[in-house]
Amino acid sequence: MNSVPVKKSDNIIEIKNVSKVFDGITVVDDVNLAVKRGEFVTLLGPSGCGKTTLLRMIAGFELPTKGSIILEKQDVTTVPPHLRPINTVFQKYALFPHLNVFKNIAFGLKLKKIPTGETDKKGKPIFRKYTKDEIAEKVERVLKLVNLEAYGHRDVTGLSGGQQQRVAIARAIVCEPKVLLLDEPLGALDLKMRKEMQSELAAMHKNIGITFIFVTHDQEEALTMSDKIVVMTDGAVQQYGTPKAIYDEPANAFVADFIGESNILSGEMPRDFRVRFLGAEFECMDKGFEAGERVDLVVRPEDVILDRKAGKLRGEVVSCVFKGTYYETEVLSCDYQFTVQNNTEFAVGEAVFLSIAPDGIHIMKKLKTINEFDAVVTGENTVEFCGGEFEFVNAQGFEKGDNVRVKIPFDKVELTDDEADGAVGANITQAFYKGSYYQVQVYTDDDNEFFIDTVDEWDMGDRVGISIKPEDIEVLRRAVTPSDEVAATTDAEEPKEAAPDAKPQEEVGSE
Amino acid sequence: MSKTVKKSLIWAFVGVMLFLMYAPIAVLIVYSFTDAKALGVWGGFTMDLYAALFTDSAVLGALGNSLLLAAVSATLATALGTAAAVGIYYMKRKRKACAQFVCNITMENAEIVTGVAFMMFFLLINVQYGWAALIIAHTMITVPYVILSVTPRLSQINPNLYEAGLDLGASPVRSMLRVVMPQLIPGMISGFIMAFTLSLDDFIVSKFINGGVETIPIYLYNALAKRGPDPTLRALSSVLFVVVLAALISVNVVSAKRKKKAMKSAV
Repeated sequence: MNSVPVKKSDNIIEIKNVSKVFDGITVVDDVNLAVKRGEFVTLLGPSGCGKTTLLRMIAGFELPTKGSIILEKQDVTTVPPHLRPINTVFQKYALFPHLNVFKNIAFGLKLKKIPTGETDKKGKPIFRKYTKDEIAEKVERVLKLVNLEAYGHRDVTGLSGGQQQRVAIARAIVCEPKVLLLDEPLGALDLKMRKEMQSELAAMHKNIGITFIFVTHDQEEALTMSDKIVVMTDGAVQQYGTPKAIYDEPANAFVADFIGESNILSGEMPRDFRVRFLGAEFECMDKGFEAGERVDLVVRPEDVILDRKAGKLRGEVVSCVFKGTYYETEVLSCDYQFTVQNNTEFAVGEAVFLSIAPDGIHIMKKLKTINEFDAVVTGENTVEFCGGEFEFVNAQGFEKGDNVRVKIPFDKVELTDDEADGAVGANITQAFYKGSYYQVQVYTDDDNEFFIDTVDEWDMGDRVGISIKPEDIEVLRRAVTPSDEVAATTDAEEPKEAAPDAKPQEEVGSE
Repeated sequence: MSKTVKKSLIWAFVGVMLFLMYAPIAVLIVYSFTDAKALGVWGGFTMDLYAALFTDSAVLGALGNSLLLAAVSATLATALGTAAAVGIYYMKRKRKACAQFVCNITMENAEIVTGVAFMMFFLLINVQYGWAALIIAHTMITVPYVILSVTPRLSQINPNLYEAGLDLGASPVRSMLRVVMPQLIPGMISGFIMAFTLSLDDFIVSKFINGGVETIPIYLYNALAKRGPDPTLRALSSVLFVVVLAALISVNVVSAKRKKKAMKSAV
């Protein structure tokens, strides 16, 4: 494989439909990813998004529940870690405390078998081990690379965090892996050290040409170091692209919120290149949406233009703080609080006008615009979905056992502190601030997703109850049309009228 | 006033406790340096009892047996206990609790019951009383102590250490032996010493299954039963006491040193 010339489109690692389920919880959900040879790719996401699990599957410490991992066109999904030409830099270094710096680095080299170039009688290549001198030379070389030349004889336990991290990196790269995995390697360092190591790592990547897959939850780190960023949440890839593409063109509200500071708003597209929000219509660069389609949009703080005389929106300055190289101004306009960064100082309470250039507005498809679930009527005025029973206003004369579809707008769902106060319990997984309210995403225990617009602030991981007023649940008949039935039988899937807690289906009933 | 009364009461209590606990041993040791037939009569200082002890071939035989038995069973217990500790440590929560409970049973069980159980079991599976039975039984009753002293060490080491070994190309067995085990050695040493001393002074279990093999505690018991309180037994008991004490102190010194080192490296 070594002699194969490096092609531009050469993928060193391909991850195909990989999922990982731990105790019934899906941690990595159908991830597809291709990494080119020599790239610096960062897996970025909040803690618990599955990025470390994905990395551990590439290293071989975890077996995917589903899917395959291809390394240089060979399926390595079930190859044990010690036989993979991949090395890892662990979050807490994991140096061997009983060995000194030199011996830590030499550990992998001593085990390595290298082809001698000769073959035995059966035509199989003959392997040999590195000699002592070769090992010493290689170790000296990487020690130089990580700036620890005179440290070979030192005890690893006596080194500082930064030095230990360098040893960990040296220990991994001395084995000349095809891919180097780095699991939040800078997380345990202080800020100054971290900045230093960031640039050193980036330089090292350029020098040695090994493919790096780097895991972090620090978006700034990801933006400054990587060739490509994979933004992950809930075990799924939200966006995969260059740092600039991810910053400028976030795929959805989650990515926009996670990467950099941003103003995220809801709006609608009356036609191509036009977007309406906060009661005004703006020009934009996006097209291909349905007329009147509701969208999310993001405006970066530096793209909001403030003027004292004219603009699209009127607003009032709430605060203005000097941040060293720019002023950060908070402006309240139509109940939405914009964050603005520019070089002008404004007085608190001053009336200003806001405008945004067309290329400053980035339109994103709304993930979902209404909560919709399949449900079953369980009584005169009760309906069951998401594993809970809710009261509703039965104006259309539904009968017990009817299959229905329910819709609940985001702002009609109430969250309760006490799980017992709601019809079902749920966990908060995300919360975005949308200027005047929070959009909160929760998962019920049967893995159904709810979005809630609320003025209250909720923390990720909080346990809450969901309650909905009877008049806010819109119940529609879910017709099982003949074509549906045909589809159901030809697909040989479970019957449509399966369990009431079945996941929401694609087809909406009624008309 | 009341404070000093309180304090002196506490000290009085501690004093009485310590006196009751250690006075018999102290008396024994003191009188091991005189050859008077009965306690309470001081016949002048002499090392004769010790001299007699170390020239008595029966005593020396029993001592040899005890040391051999302790060495073999402690070695086996250390190997088994370390492997068990590693296995149990990586178990899931429910299984772990279960395994730990099972391990502790032999420690908490009345020794007489353990002894009778071994006796009947060896009879059932046709193992001759004697060396084999003693080694198996001593290994089994000391394994839990090795597990107890290795487990805390496991929880101190970096959870990724084993994986780091694999990652660098070591097979699972190699990574365990070359990377994880060196971290466990202090725990294994103190586990070994514990197992050694426990085996050395075990009497009850041994008595049921020793066959013809005489260990020091069994020799002591037999001698007392046959000849009554023979003065040389005082010397023998003293030696046993000092040896066990020395072993326990060395375990404590080892763990204290380790703690100090851990503190230093943490700073």
